[in-house]
Amino acid sequence: MAENSYVFGRERRLAPPPSEPGTLNRWIDRRKYVDSFLRAVLDEAIPGGASLAYVFGSGLLYLLLSQVITGMFLVLYYVPSADHAHTTVAYITKEVTSGSFIRSIHAYGSSAIVIVLLLHVTQTFLFGSYKGRRKLLWLAGCALFALMLGMSFTGYLLPWDQKAYFATTVGTNILTYIPFVGNSLKSLLRGGTEMGTLTLSRFFVLHVFLIPAFIFAFVAIHVFMFRRAGPAGPVQGEPEALKQSTEPFYPKQVLYDLIFAVLIIAGLGLLAHYAPVDLGPKANPADTQYVPRPEWYYIPVFQWLKYWESGLAVLGILVIPAFVGLLFVALPFLDRRPERRPWKRPVSVSIYGFVFIALGALGAISHRHDLRDPSIAPQLAKQRADVEAFMKKPFEPELSGPSLIAATVALTNPVAAKGKKVFDQEGCAECHGEDLTGTSAAPTLIGVGDKRDSAKLESILKQPTDAMTDGGMTPVELNDEDLKNLIVFLKALK
Amino acid sequence: MNHPEEMFIGKTADISQEGCGGYRITSPSRRTFLGLLLSAGAAGVGALLSVPLFRFLLHPLLTATSSSSWKEVGTAEDLASVTSPVKKLVKIEQRDGWRKIVSEKALYVCKDATGQLRAFSSVCPHLGCSIAWHDEKNSFVCPCHNGQFTADGKLLGGPPPRGMDQLEIKIEDGVLMVHYQNFRQLVPHKEVIA
Repeated sequence: MAENSYVFGRERRLAPPPSEPGTLNRWIDRRKYVDSFLRAVLDEAIPGGASLAYVFGSGLLYLLLSQVITGMFLVLYYVPSADHAHTTVAYITKEVTSGSFIRSIHAYGSSAIVIVLLLHVTQTFLFGSYKGRRKLLWLAGCALFALMLGMSFTGYLLPWDQKAYFATTVGTNILTYIPFVGNSLKSLLRGGTEMGTLTLSRFFVLHVFLIPAFIFAFVAIHVFMFRRAGPAGPVQGEPEALKQSTEPFYPKQVLYDLIFAVLIIAGLGLLAHYAPVDLGPKANPADTQYVPRPEWYYIPVFQWLKYWESGLAVLGILVIPAFVGLLFVALPFLDRRPERRPWKRPVSVSIYGFVFIALGALGAISHRHDLRDPSIAPQLAKQRADVEAFMKKPFEPELSGPSLIAATVALTNPVAAKGKKVFDQEGCAECHGEDLTGTSAAPTLIGVGDKRDSAKLESILKQPTDAMTDGGMTPVELNDEDLKNLIVFLKALK
Repeated sequence: MNHPEEMFIGKTADISQEGCGGYRITSPSRRTFLGLLLSAGAAGVGALLSVPLFRFLLHPLLTATSSSSWKEVGTAEDLASVTSPVKKLVKIEQRDGWRKIVSEKALYVCKDATGQLRAFSSVCPHLGCSIAWHDEKNSFVCPCHNGQFTADGKLLGGPPPRGMDQLEIKIEDGVLMVHYQNFRQLVPHKEVIA
């Protein structure tokens, strides 16, 4: 079909300027502007009529709005620093009212955007709607695609749990494959050679300020260009017939779009309610066993990277993906025939299909490997168990100056002060830490008195449990008075 | 079909007519009703979605965060010799959002006419400044608005609505313990706030 079969004039007549400058008149006149604005928005003409195939673009707009709102609310409690990020996300997830729900809507929302984006791109591709005067529209869409992937990559690090930390370590390391500037780029993104609190700050700024600013700009450009070019309409049909069956955006297409939005809301709401997203233990850079896995939509790329040995890595990791990406972006310039029917465009449709099938296959292979590899599967199972165990623990507030607590206890209670002396003499601090917050060898003792009564403390001090013995705890041998004082000291550690 | 605005009349022509300003005016009944229905539906869904957002926003206001427990002030023996009010510091553990903090609070320990120990909060019941003890005046003076109190906390003069707030105390194993609390400002009788 000829793409120019339907030309839609864009000039809109606005209400005439007010003849009498009365307040009421002005107010009414402003309403006329509102009316003309609504008209401009709602009377968009759709050649061939409304269709369920056109709901994805507005679905993406809805999802973007949802991400912006939930994101703004999450920042009420989130702190972008390596010290506090994990605690604050745990606070949101475990303690704040509706916190887990809102965080889940935000996290699942990012996956939903990827899914709807792929549907939107596929619809655009199959309908050939990128052709002719919609070339720039396609380019703006490609920019939005890249920006969305940037959003999900930067957002993934923010909870600062194990999977966030290690997935981002791998993700940023990929930059080093870029010849000459790779290392510098990586350091720039990380704010240093290592991952740390500056990395988190940078990712936060990208995720919350920089990329969203570009997204808003490109969404505006994308929507503006779309309204300029007009909807492409169905892939076939006589121009005159389509002209006859043209239908305004409102009400039918609005209704379809709203139904799709409600489906998205219901889907995300049910998922967030019944399967809220979890949070793993805090990132531990010293963990050498951890097997990182990226978000599901990056899994195919992750699998792809496995096939490239060092010599050819640049080819596989940079050249081929860059080539595929360029092919995708340049589609409207390579495929210039006005033909829009997909069955008359076998080459481009098969390439498009092949890329998607290949990505799906890579994802499936990765999943199969993870299930079968004896060195990977148990570790992944352990990681899942760790996440589950962490989610079951109640929220632990971050202690501000715990050594202060120990000192205070010793200062105010003379019996506890004697107990503190015993604690120091026995060398308990070697494993439990000078500030009593624990080390890698033994857990924190702050709050130990809340969990166990004095009798229980006495019995486990004299005869540690198996788990404690495995951790290196030895039975405490003290006279009754020292033991009593030590227990008073431990009980006072709140 | 010359004007682009008229192109989509097609299906809806039966309910449309040309308005005086060149605008197409549709029959109000069907489109207006549908519009109202959709707006109401969208507003309803929006209201529903904002419920978790409001609960999220109001979380700190709807949960009590500060703990109130008995704190040791000092041994009763040491405090027995007190003649004029002495300032003591207690450390109060508080939940501050996702943190647990230890904040220092000042209080005064003194003896009443019968020789019994008493403790007073140093927070002025007027607008919350810290009250200081002045030996030479033998009275408490609030530095902000010149509220004055006797050595046992009674209001002498100035803007405060009531005397200094007395704190609950007890003696356990020879140690003076205090139950530190905050009280509402600007009311004539003391009222505990969380």
